[in-house]
Amino acid sequence: MKKVKADPKGVLSGSHYLDGDYAIAEGGLAAGCRFFAGYPITPSTETAERFSERIPSVGGVFIQMEDELASIAALIGAVWGGKKSMTVTSGPGFSLMMENIGLACMMETPLVIANVQRGGPSTGLPTLTGQQDMMQVRWGSHGDYKIIALSPDSPQECFDLTIEAFNLSEIYRVPTFVMTDECVGHMHEKVVIPPAEEIELVERKWYTGPKDQYLPYKNDKDMIPFMIKIGDGYRFHTTGLTHDERGYPVINAECQDVCVRHLNDKITMNADKIIRLEEDEIDNAEIIVISYGITSRVTTRAVRQARKAGIKVGTIRLITVWPFPEKRINELAKKVKAFVVPEINYGQMVLEVERCAAGQTPTVHVPHCGGWVHDPDDILKAIKEAAK
Amino acid sequence: MTEIRFSGFGGQGIIRCGLITGKALSLYDNKHATMTQSFGPEARGSACSSQLVVSDDRVLYPYISIPEILISMSQEAYEIYEPELSEDGILIIDKDLVKMNPARGKIKTYSVPSTRFAEELGNRITANLVMLGFFSSVTSVVSADAMKKALPGLVPGRFLDLNIKAFDKGYDYGKEILAKEKKSKTPTQKGKK
Repeated sequence: MKKVKADPKGVLSGSHYLDGDYAIAEGGLAAGCRFFAGYPITPSTETAERFSERIPSVGGVFIQMEDELASIAALIGAVWGGKKSMTVTSGPGFSLMMENIGLACMMETPLVIANVQRGGPSTGLPTLTGQQDMMQVRWGSHGDYKIIALSPDSPQECFDLTIEAFNLSEIYRVPTFVMTDECVGHMHEKVVIPPAEEIELVERKWYTGPKDQYLPYKNDKDMIPFMIKIGDGYRFHTTGLTHDERGYPVINAECQDVCVRHLNDKITMNADKIIRLEEDEIDNAEIIVISYGITSRVTTRAVRQARKAGIKVGTIRLITVWPFPEKRINELAKKVKAFVVPEINYGQMVLEVERCAAGQTPTVHVPHCGGWVHDPDDILKAIKEAAK
Repeated sequence: MTEIRFSGFGGQGIIRCGLITGKALSLYDNKHATMTQSFGPEARGSACSSQLVVSDDRVLYPYISIPEILISMSQEAYEIYEPELSEDGILIIDKDLVKMNPARGKIKTYSVPSTRFAEELGNRITANLVMLGFFSSVTSVVSADAMKKALPGLVPGRFLDLNIKAFDKGYDYGKEILAKEKKSKTPTQKGKK
């Protein structure tokens, strides 16, 4: 993988007071995103607004599309035209994106989608928070595929993780998601944007061989095929149909086996390289609280109180939510009395924790149906209960 | 940790108050300041508010629960938010726009004719800056220096000077009030002796 420094044109170096939505836009611009297509939806609109203001000045393109289906279609086109591309949305828009997210996965198209989650289902709570699309991001489009999803806990991380999302999407040629929420998206905090030369970006894996020998889906040693820029004279074909190395449809079980295994294995087999966790006081912990995004901050307050009360509590913050840290959770399940999982939904990532705990230790869920963050006391109560 | 709520009606620059103060604290006063704000129709006409949680360390819970400081620039906002103010908190009002109920607990009240002052300065749109100046001097939560440094980018460039003037007006008025308060306190303290 070729690493390059960020283009200073897109990097607003310095200290700023930004909300998470703006920070996502700045992260995208710093990562070299030069194409944004989207449809406004609360509470993500500020990201689109910021892009519309800023991207023309760095030589990029902003398009307000007719809807979210078209937004993803436009991104796919722009990526194959050589640009780094992203969009932003929330619940209802995310649902509309699902079909073409599947297409992007099948076409192995690197792009970034930020979802500023709000309470659902349906139109739900447009202006209030939720973490209810965590399973949808993993399973929402039909068929077997895998994606990468990150979960920022602050405006600063909205910036940092949007850059990381671009890098991961380029390395693995896969749609990568920044799964934030209304609380972080609309919360203003200090965001430090480093100088461009300190921002490391992954260059797209360009094909440089003979023009008539390019195969868009022939795996390289690292499982990831090379890309070209359409219009540069390479022969190119791609499709949402099951395809061979040339990108031509092959409708049989054998090709399907190769194709689908590849889409999944390229993520699964690199999971250790992709996954980032933040662990705290795990070694002697009796209870481990597993959380992500804004909930992890509220959790920290509860955990401090629990420690004061003499309970040995460790925490894991999922910075990467998908792929899920299966091995680590399974290993820790052998040692602890219980896992506690607070999240702003009625039971999503807790199912993964349960699956990976595999009956070795109980998992206590602390649900919140959305509209606000947890009361830290509710998390504390669950920790105390689990420690009994 | 200090929890602050700025409140008024949509259009008065209430959310801007939170932004300016939050930026001042976190960029120039070396604090952690997390700002959240009202969204939806309430931010565009009726009672609206912005909230700040200020701390020496990272803010974990982003919302306010029992604010120590409430700034109210409209009657409606005052009626809605006054009951949640801490019993020994500080209430700051625009004295021409808010008619107060009898004081509650040990709440300390400071009032300033922020809209009138702004009109005297030539543009009532700067009433929020008068209020911010007044708030800065009577509470000392944030330094005047940091607040002024925070203004560029958050007020239109051509109105920067006017906004600074408005801030100073409120700030100086706050200092006067504090001085008067000190004066009136001193004799009673002596009397007690």
